[in-house]
Amino acid sequence: MGNAVLEVNELTTKYITRFGENIYAVDHVSLKVEEGKSLGIAGESGCGKSTLALSLMGYYFPPLYYTSGQIIIDGQNISGMDPDEVRKAILGKEIAYIPQSAMNALNPTQRIINFIEDVIEAHKPYATKKEIYDQAKSLFEVLGLPAEVLNKYPVELSGGMKQRTVIAISVILSPQILIADEPSSALDVTSQKMVIKMLRNLMDSGLIKSMIFITHELPLLYNVTDDIMVMYAGQIVEKAGAHEMVFTPIHPYSQGLMGSIMVPESGLRDKKLTAIPGVPPNLKNPPSGCRFAERCKYVMPECRVTSIPLRDAGGGRAYRCILPKEFLMEAYERERGER
Amino acid sequence: MNAGKKPCLSGRGVTKEFGFGRNKTVAVDGVDFDFYEGEIISIVGESGSGKTTLAKMLLGLINATEGDIFFQGKKRNIGSHRKKKEYWKSIQAIFQDPFSSYNTFNKIDSVLLDCIRMRGGGRLPREKKIELMTEACSFVNLKFEELTNKYPFELSGGQQQRLMIARIFLLKPQILLADEPTSMIDACSRTTILDTLMQLRDEIGMTPIFITHDIGLAYYVSDTVYIMERGKFVESGTADQVILNPKKPYTQRLINDVPKIYEEWDLSTV
Repeated sequence: MGNAVLEVNELTTKYITRFGENIYAVDHVSLKVEEGKSLGIAGESGCGKSTLALSLMGYYFPPLYYTSGQIIIDGQNISGMDPDEVRKAILGKEIAYIPQSAMNALNPTQRIINFIEDVIEAHKPYATKKEIYDQAKSLFEVLGLPAEVLNKYPVELSGGMKQRTVIAISVILSPQILIADEPSSALDVTSQKMVIKMLRNLMDSGLIKSMIFITHELPLLYNVTDDIMVMYAGQIVEKAGAHEMVFTPIHPYSQGLMGSIMVPESGLRDKKLTAIPGVPPNLKNPPSGCRFAERCKYVMPECRVTSIPLRDAGGGRAYRCILPKEFLMEAYERERGER
Repeated sequence: MNAGKKPCLSGRGVTKEFGFGRNKTVAVDGVDFDFYEGEIISIVGESGSGKTTLAKMLLGLINATEGDIFFQGKKRNIGSHRKKKEYWKSIQAIFQDPFSSYNTFNKIDSVLLDCIRMRGGGRLPREKKIELMTEACSFVNLKFEELTNKYPFELSGGQQQRLMIARIFLLKPQILLADEPTSMIDACSRTTILDTLMQLRDEIGMTPIFITHDIGLAYYVSDTVYIMERGKFVESGTADQVILNPKKPYTQRLINDVPKIYEEWDLSTV
């Protein structure tokens, strides 16, 4: 067991709509990221992946509110801290965050070096431009990006290059943990591969200690991260190592996700794809029992009565279902036979 | 392998050029193809390879600069709008972005009623029309009673995409062009959409043509795969031939760059 870089206990955050309704988009989520490890978060759109990423930073602004739970980064509890304090002391230094489509957020009138100056000046007010330039140049060399990029405008760069530049900017202060929210979803396969190679490179060279990677592309997640967590309607439904999660999922929802992977490899054409019918529940008033009950094929009356706790499945795995894991795994094997 | 079948759509030297002189861009560069009836065809390529331009030409939305397109063995004649409308009864399309495919001011009923009218059902009694629309909606797991009197923007992306398929169900075309039908949709809803399309193919016997950049999807669904690079078909053949044993360096690179789960994903090649 390595040192935990980030530990989250029972974190709950909510959105308050303009009609005063509470929407618990992150509901009692606990997770732990160790040094040198990466964690992947999977799930369909609207299941709370991106809200979890926002909540992990401890930087809340309306309509997102902190409710309960702890976020411990490097031994320091940042939950409930003042947003301004978080921005000064935590963001950039401890946690770096790459939001969705970050590459489109670059101001077109600024050169790349200006963005880096902004970041460094906010945390080290007395740094000279020369120092900043040298620091940026050496970082770009480590990451295999050409140094000329620093003096270019965002419009002069291609999509893949912009995304890699954004990642480089976000890790300039060598944070403990990098949260990447769909960093490669708008890119073609070749640029996507470059981005992934760069993220791996960041981990190997020790510039960042650990990483949280959010996407709904499962083959990608399998190749990048050590552990995978599946979210459904604001809750974690299954946690496992990447290999176990992809090949032997337990929870019916993760089974549906893993069964829909399409990769161009021999033998896979003969496997049957699994589909999940229906839509996720409305989080304004979530069902009292299992949140997946409406769409689950193994649903029983007991499922709808009380909420289901996360059960330990041995080997660091956990899942949220009342059925035994042997039964579920066997059913999955049977279903994925020949088509 | 296609000895006994006849091609339903074929092209000889189909070319599309945009611009003149120094600004000339050749989007589609003299492609030849024979799409056979009942086959599932995929056209795969990166962005900018000319896939969508080819699709628009197949649909008759833009004219080819050079070359001929043959429909069911005969040279296609779509000189006038009336003839185009006739042609569109046999070829239809699903587009990438369902949000921009509907007229914002038309209710969903009228979207579906238009399809019935196109099939010559304009004079059917009201009850019969409603029955047809209900049947189409239930085919794609939508409830017609919930949709009636709604505008397209009130539906979610997945619902809109399914409504698109309901249209196809009513129109019963011989050829369906699906231009990136699942790229805006979640991985798990993707299977549902594909399943419905395949079911529709069996039911009304149409020929689906998938235009996609997702090699996994192309490999999974199609019988024949065409790989497109800079306006040309560089490789074609059965899915197993092309995707498991690619011959051309472009195809090899494209397939190498897709994340795999059973094989090692080689990151050193970029």
